[in-house]
Amino acid sequence: MSSKSADFAIETHGMTRKFGDLTAVNNLDLAIPSGSIYGFLGPNGCGKSTAIRMLTGLLIPTSGDINVLGSALPQQAEALRMRIGYMTQKFSLYDNLTIRENLNFVASIYDFHGQIGKQRVNELIALYGLENREKQMAGSLSGGQKQRLALAAATLHRPDLLFLDEPTSAVDPENRREFWERLFDLSDSGTTILVSTHYMDEAERCHALAILENGIKRADGTPKSLMENMKVTVIEVSGDDLRTLKNHLVAQPEVLSTAQLGTRLRVLIHDWVTDPELWLTQQIDGRSIERVRPSLEDVFVASTGGHRVG
Amino acid sequence: MLAKSFFATVFRSLSRSLSRTRAITVKELRQLSRDRMTFGMIVMIPLMQLMLFGYAINTDVRHIAAGVVDMSHTSYSRDILQQLNASQVVSFTRVYDSIPAAEQAITNGELKAVLYLPPDFAQRLVSHPAFTGKSSPTARPIGQWLVDGSDTMIASTLRSLRQMPLDALANRTPSLSVPTFETVQYFNPEQRSVVNIVPGLLAIILTMTMILFTSAAIVREREQGNMEFLIATPVKSFELMLGKIIPYVLVGLIQVGIILIMGHLVFDVPIRGGMTSILTANLLFIFASLTLGLVISTIAKTQLQAMQMTVFLLMPSILLSGFMFPYEAMPIPAQWISETLPATHFMRMIRAVVLRDAAITELSKDALWLAGFTVLGLIVASMRFKKQLD
Repeated sequence: MSSKSADFAIETHGMTRKFGDLTAVNNLDLAIPSGSIYGFLGPNGCGKSTAIRMLTGLLIPTSGDINVLGSALPQQAEALRMRIGYMTQKFSLYDNLTIRENLNFVASIYDFHGQIGKQRVNELIALYGLENREKQMAGSLSGGQKQRLALAAATLHRPDLLFLDEPTSAVDPENRREFWERLFDLSDSGTTILVSTHYMDEAERCHALAILENGIKRADGTPKSLMENMKVTVIEVSGDDLRTLKNHLVAQPEVLSTAQLGTRLRVLIHDWVTDPELWLTQQIDGRSIERVRPSLEDVFVASTGGHRVG
Repeated sequence: MLAKSFFATVFRSLSRSLSRTRAITVKELRQLSRDRMTFGMIVMIPLMQLMLFGYAINTDVRHIAAGVVDMSHTSYSRDILQQLNASQVVSFTRVYDSIPAAEQAITNGELKAVLYLPPDFAQRLVSHPAFTGKSSPTARPIGQWLVDGSDTMIASTLRSLRQMPLDALANRTPSLSVPTFETVQYFNPEQRSVVNIVPGLLAIILTMTMILFTSAAIVREREQGNMEFLIATPVKSFELMLGKIIPYVLVGLIQVGIILIMGHLVFDVPIRGGMTSILTANLLFIFASLTLGLVISTIAKTQLQAMQMTVFLLMPSILLSGFMFPYEAMPIPAQWISETLPATHFMRMIRAVVLRDAAITELSKDALWLAGFTVLGLIVASMRFKKQLD
């Protein structure tokens, strides 16, 4: 094993997957450091799930090289099974088995038998706060409980690398916060985590992330560096009749995009405009302006050419 | 030393493989026991079919609704009507004055047949050889049956009346003619159709439930998204397939038990074969049907598609396997199709074993065919069943 693959849990070069005429993932290069939490940020249908499925060996790439934990995919997929965990986007455990039965099943699949298996299942039930519900059918659980059960199942065999495909899409904000606490715990204990999301606040928690659109990586890096290296200036305008102003501004070539946030209008101005504040003041009829810190959503909009996540 | 560690590795991976297979079987059985509808169907399908075929399906036609157009109005005509009624083949419900009115009743579906007795019925009768007991070159039929010939079963039953003896009408003791041949009916002397149907029903029920349950059980995992998780685990394709079909082998044996025991208790169907022969024949067919279900599961994308493909195979299995219509009566191309169906081979075996106490070794051709079909099916299924999503 080269030192390179020890540093990176996942490395791909030109990873591509086509479905007929559609290119779901296009020439994706990734280098995900071991031990980090890495995010795939993008709208639905941008290729996040397809990329994850190729990295877990579920889909065969049309072209490109994939190396996961030192094993080449898809050739060495079977060797990786014990070392990776995968939490699917859709709940993929059995609705008509109880929490404990589901976990027992997963335990025996991963060769945890007898006392060892029982102990591990008990541990997970306690860790994910499922103690009082272990005899409840998985199908009757709430979104948050299902998600915790799915995470318990995906991490039962203590994988080195964990894939999470939009893990929090059916979960309320409080459960999401709680869920991320668990992910940081796992990360602390050395697990590399790859998580896909279309929530900005989740993306911001990642150590590094890639912004995907139409199967193409538009930008990557740490959230901070992405925000700092933006090629736009973000200015907020306050005042009345923002709808009219918005319609006027989006027609200007200097403006990349606008978004209304209550009584303020967030305007993204291209960085080739030499004095963006001055330029904007001339457009806005005496409304007040304020230059603000760019957010990850601005990065997303800037790197995907004006489309908002949604 | 090297060989020893090699065997240790093989043994360890084999025991892991077995325990994963067992985990899937246990899970499948648990899910099955919670699925009340499916569980009920496992018992109800054979019971229901057994009762339907045992009681309702009968090729012995009786009491065909008939009318009469009597132009002779003699005591002879009243006597012959009475005698026909007493035969239970027909029962006269209507009397008509003219042929067209009677024909209309047949067209409307009120009657299946009409007996026309001409005005000279009495003269025809008294000069008829069946009445006089002497041959007569000038004799003519004494009446005419107008029959709705669209149902061949009813038509052929009425055709049997063409040679009706008239000895009783002539007040003579029946002339005892010597038959050309004598026949001895082995295995089913009372000629009850249920005796032949109950063992055949095993083939139909097993074809239906075994193919449908396995194909649906595997397609369901894919449809409900469980497969995506399972593929990412160390479970191998053959472990998954094997683990999923074992519970249905048990289901199949339960159904065999229900049909044979109920068939014996309720319909007095003889079970002459030994346990070993019956079990071997059934297991051969259960495995053949299960692998067919596996092959379907690698083709069907949804449970609905799996069901449609099962019906596609079920219809020829009912019609061409010899269950309803004798194999010997089929045209040659239909016999070829029939030979490709596992149900046909099982039908021959199970009737031979249950009714005639034939030994499996005497039926090696059909037994080998089913075993070969299973092996071929397993090869096709595992080649098509990839541990990938596409």
